Amino acid sequence: MIINHKEIMKLAELARIQLNDETIKETTNSIVDVLSLINQLGAEKTIDIQPMAHPTDAFQCLRADVVTEFDQRQIFQNLAPLTENGLYLVPKVID
Amino acid sequence: MSSQDIHEKTIAEIIAALNAREFSSVEVTRHYLDRIKKLNSAYNCFITICEDSALIQAKLADQKRATGEFSDFCGVPIAHKDIFCTKGVRTSCGSKMLDNFVPPYDATVVEKFSSEGAVVLGKTNMDEFAMGSSNETSYYGAVKNPWDIRTVPGGSSGGSAAAIAAQISPGATGTDTGGSIRQPAALCGISGLKPTYGRVSRWGMIAFASSLDQAGPMAKTAEDCALMLKIMAGYDSKDSTSTNIITPDYVEKISCSVNGLKIGVPEEYFQDGLNLETEKSVLEALAELEKQGAILVPISLPHSHLAVPAYYVIAPAEASSNLSRFDGVRYGHRCENPKDLNDMYTRSRAEGFGDEVKRRILVGTYCLSAGYYDAYYRKAQQARRLIKQDFVSAFHEVDVIIGPTCPNPAFEFGAKSNDPVEMYLEDIFTIATNLAGLPGMSVPCGLVDEKPVGIQIIGNYFKEALILNVAHQYQSITGWHQHYPKDKEIPNISKMRLE
Amino acid sequence: MEWETVIGLEVHVQLATKSKIFSGSSTTFGSQPNTQASALDLGMPGTLPVPNEEAFRQAIMFGLAINAKIEKCSIFERKNYFYPDLPKGYQTTQLEKPIVGPGNIDIELSNGTKKTIRIHHAHLEEDAGKSLHEEFQQMTGVDLNRAGTPLIEIVSEPDLSSAEEATLFAKKLHSIVISLGICDGEMAQGSMRFDVNVSIRKPGETLGTRTETKNLNSFKFMEDAITMEVQRQIALIEDGKKVAQETRLFNGETKKSKSLRSKEEANDYRYFPCPDLLPVVIEDQYIEEIRRTLPELPEAKCRRFREQYSLSNYDADILSSDRLLGQYFEAVAEKSGDAKIAANWILGELLARLNSTGLSITLCPVQSEDLAEMICRILDNTISGKMAKEVFDGMWKGDGNADSIINSRGLKQVSDSSIIESLVIDILQSNPTQVDDYIKAEVAKRSKMLGYFIGKIMKASKGQANPKQVNEILRVQLSKLINNIKL
Repeated sequence: MIINHKEIMKLAELARIQLNDETIKETTNSIVDVLSLINQLGAEKTIDIQPMAHPTDAFQCLRADVVTEFDQRQIFQNLAPLTENGLYLVPKVID
Repeated sequence: MSSQDIHEKTIAEIIAALNAREFSSVEVTRHYLDRIKKLNSAYNCFITICEDSALIQAKLADQKRATGEFSDFCGVPIAHKDIFCTKGVRTSCGSKMLDNFVPPYDATVVEKFSSEGAVVLGKTNMDEFAMGSSNETSYYGAVKNPWDIRTVPGGSSGGSAAAIAAQISPGATGTDTGGSIRQPAALCGISGLKPTYGRVSRWGMIAFASSLDQAGPMAKTAEDCALMLKIMAGYDSKDSTSTNIITPDYVEKISCSVNGLKIGVPEEYFQDGLNLETEKSVLEALAELEKQGAILVPISLPHSHLAVPAYYVIAPAEASSNLSRFDGVRYGHRCENPKDLNDMYTRSRAEGFGDEVKRRILVGTYCLSAGYYDAYYRKAQQARRLIKQDFVSAFHEVDVIIGPTCPNPAFEFGAKSNDPVEMYLEDIFTIATNLAGLPGMSVPCGLVDEKPVGIQIIGNYFKEALILNVAHQYQSITGWHQHYPKDKEIPNISKMRLE
Repeated sequence: MEWETVIGLEVHVQLATKSKIFSGSSTTFGSQPNTQASALDLGMPGTLPVPNEEAFRQAIMFGLAINAKIEKCSIFERKNYFYPDLPKGYQTTQLEKPIVGPGNIDIELSNGTKKTIRIHHAHLEEDAGKSLHEEFQQMTGVDLNRAGTPLIEIVSEPDLSSAEEATLFAKKLHSIVISLGICDGEMAQGSMRFDVNVSIRKPGETLGTRTETKNLNSFKFMEDAITMEVQRQIALIEDGKKVAQETRLFNGETKKSKSLRSKEEANDYRYFPCPDLLPVVIEDQYIEEIRRTLPELPEAKCRRFREQYSLSNYDADILSSDRLLGQYFEAVAEKSGDAKIAANWILGELLARLNSTGLSITLCPVQSEDLAEMICRILDNTISGKMAKEVFDGMWKGDGNADSIINSRGLKQVSDSSIIESLVIDILQSNPTQVDDYIKAEVAKRSKMLGYFIGKIMKASKGQANPKQVNEILRVQLSKLINNIKL
């Protein structure tokens, strides 16, 4: 299956990864190779097979509605690139 | 016991020596730290060395031992793969994206070892975000295989495997998503176990592919792996996918006889593409087990050919979602002077992630996207069920399944890094067990051109004790696990980064 | 009417759990930014979600209240997109198997007819954080306190045909979730937000292109937004243009809407089952236990109030609309034994005072037992209705209960007929002119003249004479006087 430049750019946009002109050709080629590998799945008949999202057949345990986490803002924001007045700052979002 | 023998000891032997007060934890820790100083630049096993804190932990361990109230592992030094969050210690996941990330919390696995009093020597090198089979994709440079430094140690837990092979750490934690414990264990001539999915908590372990990732022990022997697994395993209510069943004593039945054990030998694992010498070593290993009374049963795992394609849909798909949190907003790498929000996202991620990670994110995004979800993601999950069914049927007939861990011994740097698919095929024998969620272990079974090869022992769900038993019995009648390469010291050469 | 309007609503309701849906952080509103954001809420590496049982319980309560089927094996999916207030880069939500299946809600239109609005489904999901665009130049500030708060998203079928219907539906939904106790209903705090999908068509035609207007947090805004959008679409089509499928934002203050930069179409959310969460199995027994303890909904309560207490539609409606007010009313009705008087006092004096002081029923200074006791004193003639006003006032101000106020202020009604009779005779004797006027007046005009005497008698008795008895005895005495003259 061939994937074209436009589709790669669309994927890069969805994934928020900047691709520049130098790397895009190489990226496209390597992705084409991987797609050829995974396309082998297409030949297999799987019509009545139930997809398997988890390796176990277990069910989810639910948690009691109790507050167990407390204010650790200072500790976490020590890791942040940019904060002010307790808020995380990013370039302005334009809708 | 002279101090140069310390690093030749297994964990079990270190514990015995500590118990017998032959040396202290501080002494054994210092011994390993000195070796790390001497040898790490040759192999690049460690991203972060925790010298000061290790000595403090060792001192505390010795104090605890002196009180008489301590567990076996108290004072034993180990290393953690740099994918496990360690409180106050940088956790990079082998990536520039997290080069500045110092978690304020410990992973459950880390916590379990520290409550036993283990000493943490440092954080081992790994393929970036656990994506790789050669440890060539790390931001911190490739890890060299101590057997032949022109070759790869395997990945993604390459740093852990190499550290044990180089005898600069007696044991280390690893993670395995498609073979990342077993394959480097095989290429480095050590023992490594991937437990059943859900056996070990994933809390605090940076996620690559959530339905495939499992943490496991890597060490010199099956017995050491059993000692480590005893600590690592157990239900964690903070991890919804963790299984709530009792943790057996993995050491208790490790020496049971294998007489009458039915060993499945899958025909699909012995076809074209398997290095002939490797095949010979594996067959010899099987013969040894037969001599002990095991019965070899030819089996078929007919959907084996779907494993690699299915994995390279599912793992990248989950990874593409798991890695979205790395956006430069709350922690991790943020680019300089972003001109707007989109620029901040796209440039931070382009700068922070290496090529393999980017490739897998894009492939994963593709497989989940509108119009392709059914053909790829859903199809891969169907293939997954078929692969699981193969194993479930096989385990009606046999107790364990044994085959080669890898198709080849360690290859040279750069040999496969230009062809991602060729690299992916290195995991051809290990991937299916991750898809099915089964436990699997690799132990050394020979040397091919002086490079180690391994056999893989796959067990049924939660049968780690049986796997360890078989491995231990094999190791008690063979000596491959006792071979270690000579030290290669290259002082004052800085970490090499592969272009 | 030339154009038909087709409206569907998506309503986000914040559930009233103490902790978040996947983490143990508090859900309290109004805290300092990022003080209720744990490592998981911040999307830190290695953190994992564990669902809150109470969120499921509350979602199931809602499902039962709208006669919906509860999904016995529901799963969570990830909806993937990038936004600063979405820390993991995906929202954990439900798509294929939501916890609540199809149900319905009835609304009563202004013309008195009932209309059934079908609910397509309701699912659980986590709320995002808040982005603050105004406070910083060139930057947006992100507060993740709200990230991870449990929501149910309630999706209606496009059964609504007007802004009026949509508003009625929204209000009904609001009262249901409050009565169930699963949401505090504080719209201004964002506890309930509406997205409206609007399209228009000529009768008989297929559905037109719809637009989505997001994040409306008041009934008025929603009504205005719909009205404006319908007008905008009509204008477009009549102008020969096409309605674009898009997402819009409505500004309630300026009453203007604008199109969001088509980010919705450009976004492919790549839903897939969340691998960190396993399927949630709900047992029949659990559902039945919830059904048994489900609070009575306003509609059922209203019907019961009308039947059980013989209240009017209007009275029953108001008293049943607020769960706590209804509780208060029933307590007073039971204890006093007279539901009608109880209703009058609550809907009259009590509500007036609560409204003027801005207090809710929970902070009412008059306890239900005390109001009931006061009503008993009216019923047993200890005090008159008029005296009761003073007693109520005293209770409101905290002067004690009914009996203590009656005693301390000497408000006991005088009901001894011999005392009243002597009072009446006294007044009649000391007002001969007025008595004369009364006797000479036409029969029809006499009732109006009674007021003069009654006023004098009440004044002489310091308001304590039982007015009913005064009235009776006065009439008897006046009749006697009239008869004496005749004789």
